[in-house]
Amino acid sequence: MRAHPWAHAGGISGGTVFAVAVVGFTIVVGRVTDEVIVPGLDSPGGVDGVDIWVAMATVALIGLVRGVSVMVRRYFNFMAAMLTQRTWRLAVVDRYLDAPLSFYRTRSAGELLAHADADIEAAASMLMPLAFSVTVVVLVALAVVSLLMVHPLFALVALLLFPTLALLNQAYTRAVEAPAATAQALIGRVSGIVHESLEGVLVVKTLGREQAEVDRLTEASEELRQRRMDVGALRARFEPVLYSLPSIGVLVLLLIGARLVGSGSVTVGQVVQGMTLFSILWLPVQIIGFLFQEMPRSVVAMDRIDSVLAVRPEDRLDPRPGLAEVPDTVAVGFDDVSFSYPDGTPVLRGLSARLDPGEVVALVGATGSGKSTLIGLLSGLMPVDGGRITLGGVDIAVLGPDGVAELVAPVMQETFLFADTVRRNLVFDRDLPDGEVERVLRLVAADGFVADLPDGLQTILGERGVTLSGGQRQRLAIARALLRRPRVLVLDDSTSAVDPVVEAAILANLRAHSGRTLLLVAHRLATIRLADRVLFMEDGRIAADGTHDDLLSMPGYASLARAYEEAGS
Amino acid sequence: MTSLDGHDALLPGGEPEPRALDDIAGAGALAVLRRGLAASPELRAGLSLSVLMTLTVAGGKLVVPLVIQVVLDRGLVGGTVRLGLVVGAAGGALGLVVATILFSQIVYLRLVAVAESVLMGLRLRTFAHLHRLSLAEHTASKTGVLTARVTSDVEALAKFAQWGAISWIVNSVQIVGVIVLMAVYSWQLTVVTVLVHLPLLPLLRDMQRRQLRAYDLLRTRVSDMLGVLAEMVHGIEVVRAYGQREAVRRRLHGVIDDQYRQQMRAARYFSLVLPSTDIFGVAAVAAVIGAGVHWGAGWGVTSGELVAFVFLVNMLVTPITSLGETLDQTQTALAGWWKILDVLDTDVEVAEPDVTRTRRLPTGALAVVAESVEFAYRGGDRVLHGIDVDIPAGTSVAVVGETGSGKTTFAMLLARLADPTAGRVRMAGIDLRDVAADDRRASIRMVPQDGFLFDTTVGENIRFGRPGATVADVEEAVAELGLAPWVAGLPGGLDTPVGERGSSLSVGERQLVALARAQLADPGLLILDEATSAVDPETEQTLEGALEHLAEGRTTVSVAHRLSTAERSGMVIVFDRGRIVEQGTHGDLVVAGGIYAGLYESWLGSTRSLSTR
Repeated sequence: MRAHPWAHAGGISGGTVFAVAVVGFTIVVGRVTDEVIVPGLDSPGGVDGVDIWVAMATVALIGLVRGVSVMVRRYFNFMAAMLTQRTWRLAVVDRYLDAPLSFYRTRSAGELLAHADADIEAAASMLMPLAFSVTVVVLVALAVVSLLMVHPLFALVALLLFPTLALLNQAYTRAVEAPAATAQALIGRVSGIVHESLEGVLVVKTLGREQAEVDRLTEASEELRQRRMDVGALRARFEPVLYSLPSIGVLVLLLIGARLVGSGSVTVGQVVQGMTLFSILWLPVQIIGFLFQEMPRSVVAMDRIDSVLAVRPEDRLDPRPGLAEVPDTVAVGFDDVSFSYPDGTPVLRGLSARLDPGEVVALVGATGSGKSTLIGLLSGLMPVDGGRITLGGVDIAVLGPDGVAELVAPVMQETFLFADTVRRNLVFDRDLPDGEVERVLRLVAADGFVADLPDGLQTILGERGVTLSGGQRQRLAIARALLRRPRVLVLDDSTSAVDPVVEAAILANLRAHSGRTLLLVAHRLATIRLADRVLFMEDGRIAADGTHDDLLSMPGYASLARAYEEAGS
Repeated sequence: MTSLDGHDALLPGGEPEPRALDDIAGAGALAVLRRGLAASPELRAGLSLSVLMTLTVAGGKLVVPLVIQVVLDRGLVGGTVRLGLVVGAAGGALGLVVATILFSQIVYLRLVAVAESVLMGLRLRTFAHLHRLSLAEHTASKTGVLTARVTSDVEALAKFAQWGAISWIVNSVQIVGVIVLMAVYSWQLTVVTVLVHLPLLPLLRDMQRRQLRAYDLLRTRVSDMLGVLAEMVHGIEVVRAYGQREAVRRRLHGVIDDQYRQQMRAARYFSLVLPSTDIFGVAAVAAVIGAGVHWGAGWGVTSGELVAFVFLVNMLVTPITSLGETLDQTQTALAGWWKILDVLDTDVEVAEPDVTRTRRLPTGALAVVAESVEFAYRGGDRVLHGIDVDIPAGTSVAVVGETGSGKTTFAMLLARLADPTAGRVRMAGIDLRDVAADDRRASIRMVPQDGFLFDTTVGENIRFGRPGATVADVEEAVAELGLAPWVAGLPGGLDTPVGERGSSLSVGERQLVALARAQLADPGLLILDEATSAVDPETEQTLEGALEHLAEGRTTVSVAHRLSTAERSGMVIVFDRGRIVEQGTHGDLVVAGGIYAGLYESWLGSTRSLSTR
């Protein structure tokens, strides 16, 4: 609430005026009854035309005030809630961008999206009823006072009725909480079953498991149905009572009021005033009930958002001055680098190696030997636990992730392309001339298929656009990396889906035209043979360093090479 | 069957198509209701209950103004109280209200029961129907849409049934009941009330339309925001490694701001609708009071009736606005219902044969023949042209060709995942369309490309291969393929959980499970759609061994991506643009120097090394 004081203040003042207007309206109606209606119709003399106009005008006026105050109240309450949502959303999104990569390892994409959307909606959903309940409190207070001024018995009925209504509401929400939450969870389970079943529809068909799948869903649906019946049963029990309680109140008031009118303590108009009040009041009290209902859900959602916001953002460093003077190619140094996963499993143990400027080096190792981790560290995506990595002699920890991003361009194993035009995927926001882009595409043998696309460079990729084959995507990813003019290019098995002949051409081009330091992770012998030197990784460190032919004398390396060869294409 | 490699910027679970107001194609709510009733006859019971409930609730509400009028007119005459009458009237009313409460409780419960069972029936029927549909309906992009039918669309209906439907019932009747009672008291004053409210209707309709449009636009903004966010989350490594953080931050802030602005635009209507109705209501009260007092005596209106009338006018406001606010929910629910009904009406393309017409397949390896087979996807171009093939029983066949040449489609037809649009496929001389489903599944097995596994253990996934298989059967199948050492190396052996879609295992390992599953099934025809993504070399060797064992004693058709598969096969079929261009043994085709020979050359050149060993 502190974040957006003006909006909240607007809402609350609107609400207060509303409360006054509501009670005022009932008073006016009561007076009108006494002074205009009853005399007008029951007494022979009737009532002055002027009085009638005055009555009409007063009723209309106070009604107008009431209506306008509702508009003000709703608008500002809504604004307060939406502003809060916006603030939280911006904060969460910023956190996502600034968090270290380890943050992403432990959370699923679905979770992260839920934090930014569903959780925020749930947490904020409490705000509007909360503001409104302040209004309701004022309303009830004023109502009781006005009734008290008429006759203490009326106030007594009110004091009996409102709390009963509130208590019933609370009892209802508390009773319905557990089955409703279970039902919600079951909906999630049903969705999960449907998703899995339809995603694997081919396997289901080939296995003939359709009936088994339907049975699975039936079981979950049946449970859901029963939980929802539980909720329904509670609603059936409570809601009719809650709806009718005000009517009962009105009737009781009528009963008492009639008696009091007979004894002359109150006028008919005052009885009317009381009854009008009751009949208008049940809705606000319902909203309080809704508030109680939303509260636990909001609190839980708020906790989740807080846990995200509590994540410490990574330290961002300003790029080092003088970075522009870095030569076209730099040496890469690994000095006793160590790294372990968050759960403690060591991956790299004191790894040391060196890549000379402009060298093409192949990184070879069995699955799980830590190659991709090494690449992640080199790209500045994660900080090393021990030792250091240098670029052109400078520790990358000093350069910071953004500084490293200027110098190193990695092409990951799994290609990621944005749902955007080919051009924007390649150069993002930069203003490079088309000729430059096409030159690079030629280097990676991608100019052909890009030219064949319906809109060339402007063709949109992704779900709403064109779908490319694996090999085409990989080539674009390499082009993207090249267009950054990095000093070090790292390819993590990035040509696996590319035709071997084309792959050889690309690598030859890279070597000949880029002049950069190139680190390749390779599973194909042809690729390995293209390198100047091979680094053989085993057990988290470099076990051997030399040319491919030299290394064949090592049994470990030789068996791996044989496996690669036999794996064929 | 996934046609996407790698990760695209997909929204999790797939985004269902945007709800369009014109989705109901102008057919209107009544058409939806009619169609819905036809599909779910249980709903009729619900309708009669609704009517009952309606009358009950309406009665309860209308009692109050009635009693007020009676008491004020007859109970308080000229300053004296006829207590007997008052107590009688009020007491009677109280009793009536209590009776209403009890009755509502019963009827409401029955209504909920009906609604829930209808919804469950709808969900299960749609789900079962989706599984019956041929594979052509289940392309990668449509899975998300189809899932939405069974989940979110049914949920929208459920929400509507819980809140919206009841609202419609209760509120409409309240409005009607109020107007009727008003007319009984004084038709003239009723006319006054209606006249004052008249301008409200077009105003409300206009605001309603704008509000719906604003909310529709808001939904678009929200999905835009989620789209950009999802992209960032999925591609965070690229975003960071390529220094795009600030650019992405700007973009995200932009869409969040857009969302806020659109929310506030929608807020305008939200703040206006209810109060506007309220103001008109007050105007009506004022008008009624004025007219009533001025001309009331002449019209035969008593003071009690006028007071009751004022109460009745007040009782109009809430139902009108409640109805207005449920309009949006109603639209969503109706659109969803229509789409669900569309799914249920989709034809099942691959119809199972009549029980009397089925013929049984022989045991053992099957001979496969394709006669002039053609195939086109629903509403698409022809993908296969005049395919003629004769595969003797027990042969291992390699089908090769570029992406899109039709080889995968051909494999699908062999498994009868779709029927040819012309020509026919025969197994052991029997037309595939005449084979019963369970027979077919036992004798023909397809191992798809993407290694999809169910979220359970390795052993369970393998057991799915044959209904009624025991753990011993699973172990035997595993051993026959030479996979026992690999299984022993897993953290839990056969009981190792594989995770959602098999994510705990590597791509190669998922294939191993799929192969073991096929081995357990022991089919006469095995169709293998080989994975294109690189498998780590260690698993590759195990995979090769398993494949060799698996091919023994049956006809195998492999959609090949590996050199070794084609070399090992007894017959190679080359596809190009939907036609078979070459057929023969590997050796013959290489010598012939055609397309296959060319492919073989390039494969060779890139992979073999001149090892110094």
